[in-house]
Amino acid sequence: MQVNEYKPLIVAFCCNWCSYAGADLAGNNRLAYPADVKIIRVPCSCRVNPMFILRAFQRGADGVIICGCHPGDCHYTSGNYYTRRRMAALFSMLDFLGIERARTRVEWVSAAEGAKFAATMNDFAEKVAALGENKRLEDLRCKK
Amino acid sequence: MENNKYLREEILRMSGVNTSKCMKCGKCSATCPAYDEMEYHPHQFVGMVEMGDIEPLLKSESLYKCLSCFACVERCPRGVEPAKVVEAVRLVAVRRQGANRMTANDVPETIEEDTPQQLLVSAFRKYTK
Amino acid sequence: MQRVGVFVCWCGSNIAGTVDVQAVSEALKNEPGVVYSANYQYMCSQAGQEMIKAAVKEHRLTGIVVCSCSPRMHEATFRKTAAAAGLNPYMVEIANIREQCSWVHKDMMTGTEKAIILGKAAIAKVNLNAPLTPGESPVTKRALVIGGGIAGIQTALDIADAGFPVDIVEKQPTIGGKMAQLDKTFPTLDCAACILTPKMVDVAQNEKIRIFSYSEVTDVHGFVGNFDVKIKKKARYVKEDICTGCGACVEKCPMKKVPNEFNLGMDNRHAIYIPFAQAVPKVATIDPNACNMLKNGKCGVCAKVCAAGAIDYKQKDEIIEEKYGAIVVATGFNPISMDKFDEFAYSQSKDVITSLEFERLTNAAGPSAGKLLRPSDGKHPHTIVFVQCVGSRCAACAEKGKEYCSKICCMYTAKHAMLTRDKYPDTEVYVFYIDARTPGKNFDEFYRRAVEEYGVKYIKGMVGKVVPEGDKLKVQASDLIANKQLHIDADLVVLAAAIEPDKSARPLATMLTASMDTNDFFTEAHPKLRPVESPTAGVFLSGACQGPKDIPETVSQAGAAASKVIGLLAKDKLTGNPCVASSNELMCNGCSTCERVCPYGAITYIDKEFRMPDRTTKIRRVAVVNPAVCQGCGACTVACPSGAMDLNGFKNSQIMAEVDAICK
Repeated sequence: MQVNEYKPLIVAFCCNWCSYAGADLAGNNRLAYPADVKIIRVPCSCRVNPMFILRAFQRGADGVIICGCHPGDCHYTSGNYYTRRRMAALFSMLDFLGIERARTRVEWVSAAEGAKFAATMNDFAEKVAALGENKRLEDLRCKK
Repeated sequence: MENNKYLREEILRMSGVNTSKCMKCGKCSATCPAYDEMEYHPHQFVGMVEMGDIEPLLKSESLYKCLSCFACVERCPRGVEPAKVVEAVRLVAVRRQGANRMTANDVPETIEEDTPQQLLVSAFRKYTK
Repeated sequence: MQRVGVFVCWCGSNIAGTVDVQAVSEALKNEPGVVYSANYQYMCSQAGQEMIKAAVKEHRLTGIVVCSCSPRMHEATFRKTAAAAGLNPYMVEIANIREQCSWVHKDMMTGTEKAIILGKAAIAKVNLNAPLTPGESPVTKRALVIGGGIAGIQTALDIADAGFPVDIVEKQPTIGGKMAQLDKTFPTLDCAACILTPKMVDVAQNEKIRIFSYSEVTDVHGFVGNFDVKIKKKARYVKEDICTGCGACVEKCPMKKVPNEFNLGMDNRHAIYIPFAQAVPKVATIDPNACNMLKNGKCGVCAKVCAAGAIDYKQKDEIIEEKYGAIVVATGFNPISMDKFDEFAYSQSKDVITSLEFERLTNAAGPSAGKLLRPSDGKHPHTIVFVQCVGSRCAACAEKGKEYCSKICCMYTAKHAMLTRDKYPDTEVYVFYIDARTPGKNFDEFYRRAVEEYGVKYIKGMVGKVVPEGDKLKVQASDLIANKQLHIDADLVVLAAAIEPDKSARPLATMLTASMDTNDFFTEAHPKLRPVESPTAGVFLSGACQGPKDIPETVSQAGAAASKVIGLLAKDKLTGNPCVASSNELMCNGCSTCERVCPYGAITYIDKEFRMPDRTTKIRRVAVVNPAVCQGCGACTVACPSGAMDLNGFKNSQIMAEVDAICK
């Protein structure tokens, strides 16, 4: 693969109530962001099991971003607080494993922040692309 | 018009102002202390630069009437910063003529006895920028 | 193995413009489980839905994937379609290829590529879907309305009309809200009190409505149909059921110098007070910060003069617990503080006032008994300058103003200007405006009447500064049409202050888990199609808490919110969300981790007998989820150390399959 053709693979977990709606709003307003970002809908950011993130990296994802409601605005009252603490723990472990910190991120995007969603995705994709391909956790058994 | 488009962009770049943010309320002109001295007023500077109608501004004395007091910048509800636009148009005029409107030597003749020093300093700052 | 049907929607050119729908449906044909793949112009249309139903029958589909707009838009539509075709509605998955693909990517190739991957993820998920049946929960047939302004009053009356009991919680000692403070209403110039106070009396006399005045909501638990609410009834030191509202105590109270909130501090009230003559409930309230008896134990005059014996200095705050089926938020608005607008000299001169203060000045029950007099010297003002958009449409500084248009100012300023010219034709009235926004029935005619019949001078421009000089206010302003700077010696300057949501709205939103926008207005479930519902089920919005609104709009929204509440309360049972957590009791260790993270207390433990392989039995503690209480956030699924907890509809295996499909 040539360097200038390199397209990162980014998985975004978005909570149904805020961030997924924010992503929809970005769409309604036609705010472009890279097609490398693929969104998975979860009811709440606290539904994101660290296993999903590890699996994504294992399968060759270059970056994983988790988006939830702003602290205090969680549809389920406190779900995003769990996310924040769980991801802090997971990211430090990923750091230990040699996955750069810029490959993972937790971002709060409300249903009204379509512009923020697009800006976040643009910025994240750029940072991940700058790091290049992620090979650290890639599982060779998953290679075809 | 091509030339003006280029000029407009140059002015916007120099001033760092986005004139399309203007909602044409006229608060800048309402607040301007030098309003009556000016042929073109702060809101017109913003509006005319936005439309690319810059030549009349470059020829106008109004450029040198703006005190750079920044009252318009302070009061603008949209954060447009008209004084910076005036400053940028002024810079274009200065660069185009290759010289200032007056030289340093002309200044002593035009000032009055009781002119405060501070005014001189800011005048020089403005004319030589 | 599922038999999956894939349906790719063009959405006219919305999707087909950037995504090659033909290529997408071709590519998805070969995915595991897929037996049928098609594309159509509008999948959500009647014909599109019929096409899905026919395919289900013909190809014996067990799962459906629709590649279309956001599931937030049409998931419910396609679930109904599936149900009509005899499938379990939860066998439908949506791949969002409009909002999150065709609309945000400009390039046909990348758009198509991404749409295929999103489709594959949805197929991977639907392959693992299982039929789900929603649980049922009962509905408490009582509604709570938070806020007793015109929005709350109208909502409560409409709900009570349908026969359901309603409680109004109002933090002030009386209901009535902002409308009670107004003088006249545009564009008909009805007197606000004349149309509001009969409604307030209706509320008081309605057997179905209870008013908790001087009270606040302190705690909300539960879910749609079953809210448990705690209401703090603040001590007013007067027994509400005994007080007759005769006002003898108010007359005799020696503490006379308390700023009167109802008149925005422009005159004084007593320490014991009734906000205004038509207050509902008409009951006195003692201000604990001003009353000498409550502060120092010295006085007691009101208790002596009260013939009914209603004064009770020992009264304590009371907590009331009640169950509700639905909650309506009607917390309203306030004008923003003018402190940051030094250029208009609001804090320097008493004669620079806000429009709400002007409203009180011209009100017959106001501080000047309806005569328009300057607050500073009580003289009649001859030149009045109205300034529009003070703090509205202000994007420069978030601390100073608000970015949005406050919507009502253009009209009430036209009203003020017109009424001033009508009562005092010798007064010069100037209105400085940026845009005169009058989109409403008879609104523009009203504004033009102010100009053409009443001679109000509308000037396109803005006031730059106001400087108090002697007994005049020197106003410097621009006239953009004449291209002049104006200098006006005014006697009174009226600022049309922007409006903002009430400060109590933010903590309330947290309690209700209802979302808010960046300006602290409540967000609606859908900006166009569900304008009176909050995204949180069972919570409804009425009035200016959702966005700036005038009275007719507020009343119509209040009625709409009431009809939604009635629709909810009319049901005996609610079908719940079947996407709830469930525990695999064979794997559960009974460790209590999930119980601790559950925000709803939906998880309990039971001791259950298990039969072991050697035919002995063993009693183990296992988790049980109450599906009526569980809201399906999934916090427990991640917390569970043994992997016993899973979330229906979003199973670990399903999300994992989506991840795999995307990362292939």
